[in-house]
Amino acid sequence: MVVQHADPAHEHGDHHATQSWVKKYLLSTDHKIICFQYMFTGMTLAIVAGFFSYVFRMQMAFPGMNVPGWGLVTPSDYNMLVTNHGAIMIFWVAMPVLIAAFGNYLIPLMIGADDMVFPKINRLSYQIFLLSVVVLFASFFVDGGGFGGAWTMYPPLMAKAEYNLTGAGSSVFLLAVALEFVAFLLGGINFVTTAMNARAPGMKLYDIPIVVWMIVIASILFMASVGPLIAGAVMMLFDQQLGTAFFDPNRGGDPILWQHLFWFFGHPEVYVVLLPAIGIVAEIITVFSRKKLFAYKTVLNTAIGTGILSFTVWAHHQFVAGIDPRMANIFTVTTLIISIPIAEMMFVYVATLYGGSITLSTPMLWALGFIGTFLIGGVTGIFLGASGADIYLHDTYFVLAHFHYTFFPIAIIGTYAGLTFWFPKMFGKEMNETLGKIHFWGTFISFNCIFIPLFFTGMLGDHRRIFDYTNFPELTTPMLENLRAFATLSLIVMLGFQLVFVYNFVTSLLWGKKAEINPWRANTLEWTTASPPPHGNWPVLPTVYRGPYEYSVPGRKDDFWPQDAKG
Amino acid sequence: MSAAADRPIATGRSATGMPTGRLAVWWIIASEIVIFGGLLGSYVMHRLAHDAFAEQAAHTNTWIGAFNTFVLLTSSLFAVQAHKASDEGDGKKAARLLYYTMAGGVIFLVVKAFEWTTEIQAGYTIASNTFWSFYYTAAGIHAAHVIAGVIIMGIVAQTAKKNLELQRVELIGLYWHFVDVVWIFLFPLLYIAK
Amino acid sequence: MIENWVPALSSYAKDIDFVFDVIFWIVIAFWFLLVEAVFLYLIVRFKKRDGVPAQYITGEIKSEKNWVHYPHLAVLACDVVILFLAIRVWYDVKQHVPPIDETVRIVAQQWAWSFVHAGADGRLDTTDDIKTVDDLHLQVGKTYAFKLESRDVLHSFSVPVFRLKQDAIPGRVVTGWVKPIATGEHDIQCAEICGIGHALMPARVLIETPEAHAAWIASKGVSGAGE
Ligand code: HEA
Ligand code: HEA
Ligand code: CUA
Ligand SMILES: [Cu+2]
Repeated sequence: MVVQHADPAHEHGDHHATQSWVKKYLLSTDHKIICFQYMFTGMTLAIVAGFFSYVFRMQMAFPGMNVPGWGLVTPSDYNMLVTNHGAIMIFWVAMPVLIAAFGNYLIPLMIGADDMVFPKINRLSYQIFLLSVVVLFASFFVDGGGFGGAWTMYPPLMAKAEYNLTGAGSSVFLLAVALEFVAFLLGGINFVTTAMNARAPGMKLYDIPIVVWMIVIASILFMASVGPLIAGAVMMLFDQQLGTAFFDPNRGGDPILWQHLFWFFGHPEVYVVLLPAIGIVAEIITVFSRKKLFAYKTVLNTAIGTGILSFTVWAHHQFVAGIDPRMANIFTVTTLIISIPIAEMMFVYVATLYGGSITLSTPMLWALGFIGTFLIGGVTGIFLGASGADIYLHDTYFVLAHFHYTFFPIAIIGTYAGLTFWFPKMFGKEMNETLGKIHFWGTFISFNCIFIPLFFTGMLGDHRRIFDYTNFPELTTPMLENLRAFATLSLIVMLGFQLVFVYNFVTSLLWGKKAEINPWRANTLEWTTASPPPHGNWPVLPTVYRGPYEYSVPGRKDDFWPQDAKG
Repeated sequence: MSAAADRPIATGRSATGMPTGRLAVWWIIASEIVIFGGLLGSYVMHRLAHDAFAEQAAHTNTWIGAFNTFVLLTSSLFAVQAHKASDEGDGKKAARLLYYTMAGGVIFLVVKAFEWTTEIQAGYTIASNTFWSFYYTAAGIHAAHVIAGVIIMGIVAQTAKKNLELQRVELIGLYWHFVDVVWIFLFPLLYIAK
Repeated sequence: MIENWVPALSSYAKDIDFVFDVIFWIVIAFWFLLVEAVFLYLIVRFKKRDGVPAQYITGEIKSEKNWVHYPHLAVLACDVVILFLAIRVWYDVKQHVPPIDETVRIVAQQWAWSFVHAGADGRLDTTDDIKTVDDLHLQVGKTYAFKLESRDVLHSFSVPVFRLKQDAIPGRVVTGWVKPIATGEHDIQCAEICGIGHALMPARVLIETPEAHAAWIASKGVSGAGE
């Protein structure tokens, strides 16, 4: 990572310039370095989880084949791969990259602070996160192998070794997830307190860039929803290791209780990752359409509204799980209502484009790609929210396609958007636009080719977590087999295109053109300091005079108006 | 480099007017509240589902529970006075009162240890049935918080003695009151409701 | 739409497909296409052109807010329609139970289904019950109640052609109903992950004419008793 030293004039500069590599990159308390730690850990795990998806999709499409890079996929392999693919993508890719990495980088820089308010807690949170990664990997290698009971960890399967056959694996896996939660609870302290208290002089609540708001709201959502699941995890661990019976129906426990604890967290969690991505998109579309964000306050309110509503919908994952059928009606109502704030959010973004002067640079393509594809994920959620239809669709590939059409835009497209947008600031180099566009179109098209077919396999009855459909005569039709094969091949194409990104990333990092301070002519504060920013971010911390989206203000010669510019 | 030197300027700011340290402690307390909330919520759901709970609960020792409640409440009182002392800038006094608070925590733990041994000798272990599972899990997690509180308080007292970081006295006090309140919920749920 | 690929063989299958179709027309065919169309149009229409500066629109003025306000009222209206249909079907399938002709017990375990049929006397838990493994015999046109049980972990009794799905929970008996409306032989799936054999518990439902069904019962005779 090319992080320049602060100019000696700067208060912090001198003693940091003399630090050893370990001190500088591994033990640093600098929020920018911690961002890179989260970012690269997250990307590495994205490659791991992506590889897992390649392996199990190959098995699914060509049952019994000897998958290159893995070999034969046994049923237990398959379950373990699917489970960990899901868990890793959500807990170890989406959250660290979108919340921790971007949160760490952007919050201090966008509110004009020199660092997080608790740098040591910040460092501790990454170290615990790293520990959770190690523990997770350990769970693959303990005897019995990795846990394969789905990322939802439903008991009794999760609770009893005699059922899941991975006694050690499931406990270690649970421990890893719990550690990850702790890491993010600690991280949240900084995100919230920094954004609340460390703002630059003059920065009022409505002068805070949307992405900062979104990451703060997401952190609060996470904190408020994860508690019961942490308690549940302890109970589960005791069931596994101490012979308690919290979730054991034969001894007075209740397996459904876990589902409530899990989804009470699980549904807010999906908005925890959604909001930061939405925030990143807001920053990008305003810059590249040279427009003020349409109805800033509305965006904020819809985000808060979504957050509050998200606590009331969890049982829509349990319609046919044996809950009281009357309860399902309540959750159908709340679930459909949540479409309203999110719809409004989408409308606002589309409206922002109106009357703009749009440049389709790589970050803009990713941002627009996010909106275009997330809509599919969103609207298909309505099919599932409608209890009547969900009786059929539950746990089919329709659900799967639904949430990949939300998660992929968020975790991958959103990340690429943010990465290409802030790359010049983060590393002081420019990325190659042509390669960027090739990577975008390649990923974007192949992504749709993977998951559109899966909506159909779902409608035709493919159910989830099946390593070999040939046991089901009605699921062995040529049509279904072709759809599955097509999705798998598209995945291979997509993974191929990721190499373009990796190549572009590395070459730009090493030999890229030197980036100026404000290459996109943007307003927010991070673009007012050197690229990359020195330790301490600014020689003199900025003062704020206006909101973050004052683009194309009539009567000014520049079409942008930095937040810290006096006149 | 000394602790103060590398503390960022951001740490000193207070755009909301509320001390950042207090905000942080409130964040921790809030996340703890939802954790215990989830646990107690699960307990109550089980309780309502099984009447068997009631007669199991009958075997808990209400008097010991009551005594411990009394001990914790008094210790909280010392914490309050410690806060007052720290506001008056009297670090020595604050430290002394914190030691009293810690003593309260220790007594609580000793009594609890005694109580658990008798329960276990009587044959009620964590695996006996769901009531006792909840009994040991909830009280156990709470006890862990008491231990953590006592340790942190010791550290805070050390610095306070030297009249340093006096604001920490208030913060640890906040946390201690929270631990106390959790017990106020546990006591009736585990001991009284029979 | 679904019935084009998966036959609708239970009395309520068509209703469930109907909900699906209505949602499709409202949310995909109308809303989704509309939003994408506007979205793409704006991108093309307002592409950067030299000398044409972007407009300054805050979106805080009432008249501008209405651009998103009215559509979002329309969304609310659509939600209400969808809710009405969804809950109505849900009520028929999961909440209210029609007069029952016969009851079958369905027992899930790692990794097989076993079925207890009422047998000749049409009543469960009598000596002439017929117990089978991995194939369920139903008579077309009869309304069946099922008692769903599990021996170990969660499973989910899923019959795509019936549009029926219900999780089985150890320690509980989950009840439901289904009325097959056409003969045939079809897949039964387990739709809840239940361990390494989750993919290995397919079963078959055989929907028979009254004659064929009677013949099958006769063939089992008293032999099937007790098991
Ligand atoms: C970030 C991820 C994310 C997001 C944003 C969403 C968003 C939504 N999800 Fe999704 N969902 C998941 C991730 C996500 N989901 C995951 C991971 C699962 C599976 C977990 C598992 O089982 O493993 C899941 C499963 C899931 C289920 C359970 C399915 C089942 O297992 O049977 C349901 C059911 O209600 C549901 C509904 C919804 C709804 C209503 C929304 C809404 O928020 C969508 C709102 C958005 C829109 C509606 C689009 C914009 C609006 C318009 C264009 C206007 C037109 C709209 C109308 C007229 C309504 N989701
Ligand atoms: C963030 C969430 C996320 C993401 C991004 C993905 C991505 C993908 N998922 Fe995932 N998936 C889940 C979350 C996610 N998935 C969950 C929660 C489940 C349920 C698990 C369960 O049932 O228990 C699931 C299950 C699941 C299944 C169901 C298996 C089964 O039930 O039998 C399938 C099948 O096709 C699948 C396929 C894919 C594919 C092909 C991708 C591809 O898009 C992957 C493409 C690969 C990459 C994108 C990696 C390349 C990355 C780099 C080159 C580095 C740069 C990285 C960044 C920019 C971050 N997934
Ligand atoms: Cu039984 Cu899956
Ligand atoms: Cu949900």
